[in-house]
Amino acid sequence: MPDPMKIRANLVGDSTEVKVLMSHEMDTGLAKDSSGKVIPAWFIQKVTVLHNDQQVLYAQWGTAVSKNPFMSFKFKGGAKGDKVTITWVDNHNETRTDSAVVG
Amino acid sequence: MPRKLRSIPGAAVALALAVITVTLPIVPVPAAAQESVEKAIEQYRQDLQGGNPAELWEARGEEIWNTPRGPKHASFKSCDLGLGPGIVKGAYAQLPRYFPDAGRVLDLESRLVWCMVSQQGFTHAEATKVTFGKGSRKRSDLEALTAYVVAQSDGTKMNVSLADPHVRDMYEIGEKMFFYRAGTHDFACATCHGSDGKRIRLQDLPNLTKKADAQRAYTSWPAYRVSQGEVRTFQWRLHDCLRQQRFPDLIYGSDASIALTTYLAARANGAAYAGPGMKR
Repeated sequence: MPDPMKIRANLVGDSTEVKVLMSHEMDTGLAKDSSGKVIPAWFIQKVTVLHNDQQVLYAQWGTAVSKNPFMSFKFKGGAKGDKVTITWVDNHNETRTDSAVVG
Repeated sequence: MPRKLRSIPGAAVALALAVITVTLPIVPVPAAAQESVEKAIEQYRQDLQGGNPAELWEARGEEIWNTPRGPKHASFKSCDLGLGPGIVKGAYAQLPRYFPDAGRVLDLESRLVWCMVSQQGFTHAEATKVTFGKGSRKRSDLEALTAYVVAQSDGTKMNVSLADPHVRDMYEIGEKMFFYRAGTHDFACATCHGSDGKRIRLQDLPNLTKKADAQRAYTSWPAYRVSQGEVRTFQWRLHDCLRQQRFPDLIYGSDASIALTTYLAARANGAAYAGPGMKR
């Protein structure tokens, strides 16, 4: 079971600002370990964000995103108490979903 | 290696540099390179907008703290860090301290190991199998636990008590160690940390003989090391310092490491702890 994400969601004016820190190695497949062997590529490919069942963000990531990705974005609307659910899927088909409440 | 210099004749510079770079690792500060590294770290901090990747370690550490494990199937809730069993809030600010049940002065990390051995039933070797992590394939539970515990002291004033004679002894040994020159390069801690304006390559060094610098430096560790993508603890910091001094390997949780930690922690007394920090 992959590590949990840290999600912060706050209502600012008429939009909801979301900041999420994900725990993931994000190996590019280009680096080598100390014995000279290539470390295989292992990175998040898809990120989706739901606001109360409605999708507000869909992202396709590649190897350019660094280890332990931090993403900050905002969407119009939302109210205190709403649920924001974030899901990521990586190239090994591992996945992690976490939610937070808009504060 | 190209260097930016001002108003010194070329030949004299080349000769001087050749001498300096061969004999001394510590060089007068050309500001440009250091500033650009600091700017980059500051930009990274702004991009994270108050987040710190160390929070991922804190979350993992909190889970480990609360989960019963080991042959004795116990959690860390019975581990006393000095303020009572299981009490984590403010605990780091009063460590190291003397623990009668262990019969030793212990810092946070050695106390965690003690709890893992005595209360959870691990052997010392099992408990210290991975002290410093490397990536998600080689994780250190001790690093995660440390990150969690120190975060609960964020904002608490450093308050290492020297009333106990055992702690007093460790403090004085640590102080002697700080100024003791040894090893192939005749380095003491004070060689790098004993005057203003020193740096190693692109890293500014605090002058630990000055109270303000000593406070700022100690309260910024443990920290998330951006260049390594890992949370690094104070045991790691001392281990790496001794490596750079070309000293023998500093053993994790050894009396030597605890003595130095006691000295440096007590010198930071009065300052609010500000960790986990974030460093280059």
